[in-house]
Amino acid sequence: MSFQKSKFHHPRLPVNDLGLTYRDYEGALSTLCAGCGHDSITSAIIQACHEQSIPPHKVAKMSGIGCSSKAPNYFLNKAHGFNSVHGRMPSVTTGANMANRDLLYLAMSGDGDSASIGLGQFAHVVRRQLDMVYMVANNGVYGLTKGQLAATADKGVKNKTGELSIFTDIDLCVMALQLGATFVARSFSGDKKQLVPLIKAAISHRGFAFLDIISPCVTFNNHPKSTRSYDYVHDNVVTGAIADFVPVKKEITSDSAQGGCEDICLHDGSIMRIQKITADYDSKNAMKAIVDIEEHKKKGEILTGLLYLDPTGSHFHEINNTTDTPLNQLDQDTLCPGSRILSSINDSFR
Amino acid sequence: MRKTDTSSYQHFLKVVDCQQACPAHTPVPEYIRLIAEKRYDDAYMLNWESNVFPGVLGRVCDRPCEPACRRGRVEDKPVAICRLKRVTADNKGNILHRLPQAPFKKNNKRIALIGAGPASLTVARDLLPSGYEIILFERDAKAGGMMRSQIPAFRLPETVLDEELDYIINMGVECHFGEEITSLKNLLQRKFDAVFVGSGAPTGRWLKIPGHEKVSTHADTGINWLSNVTFDHVDKVANSVIVLGGGNTAMDCCRTAKRLGATEVKVLVRSSFDDMKASPWEKQDALAEGIEIMPNYSPKEYVFEKNKFVGVLFEKVQSVYDPIGKRTLKATGETLLVPCDFVLVAVGQDTAYPWIERDIGLEFNKWQQPVVNKNSLQSTVKQVFFGGDAAFGPKNIISAVANGHQAAISIDLFCQNKHPANDRPESAFNLISQKMGIHEWSYQSKISHQERNLVPHINWEDAVKELKQEVELGFDEQLALEEAHRCLNCDVHTVFEEKSCIECSACEDVCPMDCISFVEYNPDSAISLKEQVLPQLKVSTINPQQEILVSDKLKTGNLMIKDEDVCLHCGLCAERCPTGAWDMKKFVLSNIASTIKEKQ
Repeated sequence: MSFQKSKFHHPRLPVNDLGLTYRDYEGALSTLCAGCGHDSITSAIIQACHEQSIPPHKVAKMSGIGCSSKAPNYFLNKAHGFNSVHGRMPSVTTGANMANRDLLYLAMSGDGDSASIGLGQFAHVVRRQLDMVYMVANNGVYGLTKGQLAATADKGVKNKTGELSIFTDIDLCVMALQLGATFVARSFSGDKKQLVPLIKAAISHRGFAFLDIISPCVTFNNHPKSTRSYDYVHDNVVTGAIADFVPVKKEITSDSAQGGCEDICLHDGSIMRIQKITADYDSKNAMKAIVDIEEHKKKGEILTGLLYLDPTGSHFHEINNTTDTPLNQLDQDTLCPGSRILSSINDSFR
Repeated sequence: MRKTDTSSYQHFLKVVDCQQACPAHTPVPEYIRLIAEKRYDDAYMLNWESNVFPGVLGRVCDRPCEPACRRGRVEDKPVAICRLKRVTADNKGNILHRLPQAPFKKNNKRIALIGAGPASLTVARDLLPSGYEIILFERDAKAGGMMRSQIPAFRLPETVLDEELDYIINMGVECHFGEEITSLKNLLQRKFDAVFVGSGAPTGRWLKIPGHEKVSTHADTGINWLSNVTFDHVDKVANSVIVLGGGNTAMDCCRTAKRLGATEVKVLVRSSFDDMKASPWEKQDALAEGIEIMPNYSPKEYVFEKNKFVGVLFEKVQSVYDPIGKRTLKATGETLLVPCDFVLVAVGQDTAYPWIERDIGLEFNKWQQPVVNKNSLQSTVKQVFFGGDAAFGPKNIISAVANGHQAAISIDLFCQNKHPANDRPESAFNLISQKMGIHEWSYQSKISHQERNLVPHINWEDAVKELKQEVELGFDEQLALEEAHRCLNCDVHTVFEEKSCIECSACEDVCPMDCISFVEYNPDSAISLKEQVLPQLKVSTINPQQEILVSDKLKTGNLMIKDEDVCLHCGLCAERCPTGAWDMKKFVLSNIASTIKEKQ
């Protein structure tokens, strides 16, 4: 790469509670194609983490294989990370989360990584309700292998070479809703005003948070026949409600709490403020969300926004009743209760 | 705030801060790139076209370009533009063959120039190739004006000055040295088609404090004394000297006094140290040479004891600023007698027009300055033009050069019976794409993070021993190249084309300086565009002095807003743009002289 990003930054950049500018949350300069939606997602993640004052060293970036899965290299270069085998990111994340439940797990996957080779892994990590943010950069094609149709490509569309998508498409949001995810949203890489609050809310949410992000492949899927091109998405995106994220510290002012708003309190005390666009929008009804998604799809529209949120749902550690202390911090004395306890346990079986 | 008008050169010139700040609009980034390519002759000639005296200005220019330099807003210090200009002069080869070659075909127009300073000589240089006959009158024995008489040789060696003066004089100026014009009325009767007055501000101001009338043998005005030193009328000075004033003349006086053997030299100035008018580097050099600068002292009296001059009495003052930053000096009541043998008064200088008869129709304003049109520099006697200090009071060399260009255009128009103010030529401009291929630009887009280089100088102890030994050594090639790479190439503009933009936000995301924002805009709203847009910018505390590029409506109805303030011109926006909506284009201004206008 013959070009580099200067380390100079705007002299009036705001700093967060940790004294960091958003530039401190950057990673290496992206080597993805110019105009790739994934780079906008990267930028939205950087913005969300900066504004949330997330300490970078308390984050683990998880990914599989694909253009999407390269993206973690481009944000939070001071965070931990694991670039796993294709489609196996959910298992590796489960293992990591088992060992250290204190980290924030930010996972980046793609339509191939999650909807094809990793579909089984995806289904089970949703079922397990792992406490993580699972983001899919969804562009409907396999960009890294030159544009073959992905399983998320709408049935009936053509790829850049004219190949027809003849099979039913997989909607990962619908799957996540069916399998019990407690936070499900869809957004568009080209709409950071929507995407950033959703990422922030997903970070604040305790439990499995799923974000399907339409992210146009500018090289292989930005043509007029595509339903994942910038122009198509700009023209056909609809939202049921505008979701704004209000962090814990921010005072809730009366003018922002005007009529038509519904506040959902997240686990950490922050608030998801929902302003309905369509009257029948309901963030608490997973079945309705599935119906809404499918109905809009029939009309050729892409429904985005917060689709479903259950802030009270439990997650993997709660379900399994694991200890609050991360397992990797348990020492020998804690793990080995000693012969007196052992004999009392043994006695209880006699 | 509305869609930025990019149809004229104005927007583009404003983005090139250094070029805009230079009174002569020297294309600074272009010559710095030529230095980076070691094309010193080309870099010199580019300078010569715009500012006429690159070797001189590369040493003693007031450098309005440097405080304007974008680098100073991005990093800490601006590019050492002035020192780089000197590099072109130091490293050039023989450029004589590239100068306009006399003899020129005559147009039978005769122009008189009064004074041989930078303004007059610029007029001469601009007009000679068009066939004008130039007759120059100068009261001193040599050309140069204040460049020779007021700037000491340790800052500007005579050889450098002579070389650049000779380039012009040898183009065929008819010189009358030692010939002082004492009557404009008489001169006007000598059948000149036009007269240019570039006589500078030759009279030093005295301080009329008690004891003033008796002090003349123990004091002189700074510029008069410096001129006497230059022309060898003065070669020694008393042991203990004080200089009154805080401008560059004061700095030249104190450093010259030290070189003539004064053992104790003090500068006393009414203002605070920071508010002194002298350029910061002049102050630093004076301090480095062991001169004591005493700020906040206002002179009260020349003190005599038994008719013998003993020194100057000062009162300590304090600078007080009102809310708009205007300064007043508050007396503290504390006084100080500074003993000395000789006083140099460097508190200002004025134009002097005893030689212009007041009955010839040439109007003066209440400050006794000639009334001139600020663009054409034409006076109320239509064949008489003024420029440089003679027109507007003491400024600097580069402003005088700029005035020279303006006056040359005016005189040329006037001699063709056109109107010098209304018929001025317009300047054209060109934008040339710098794209060579993928990740390849024809300029160095990579940003150097190198800090500003200091210019090497001779040992300070040796510096004060020799009157004519130049103190600054100039950049060597390695330093020059390093410094040249600090330039941000502000003349390579980010040019945006609405119809190609797919609003993918790649440019917004990659920009290291957060210059680019895509914002929502409702044209039907009662809220103004500015109020709608500002809160949406990535950094909404904007610098009001800087240009903002506002696009036309994009496909979604959103606007692209680019704040030019701290753009590095690194080209990452164009590099990342998938559709070529951004391109890096070099701004080339033709006929730069005609862009020199009064600031709107």
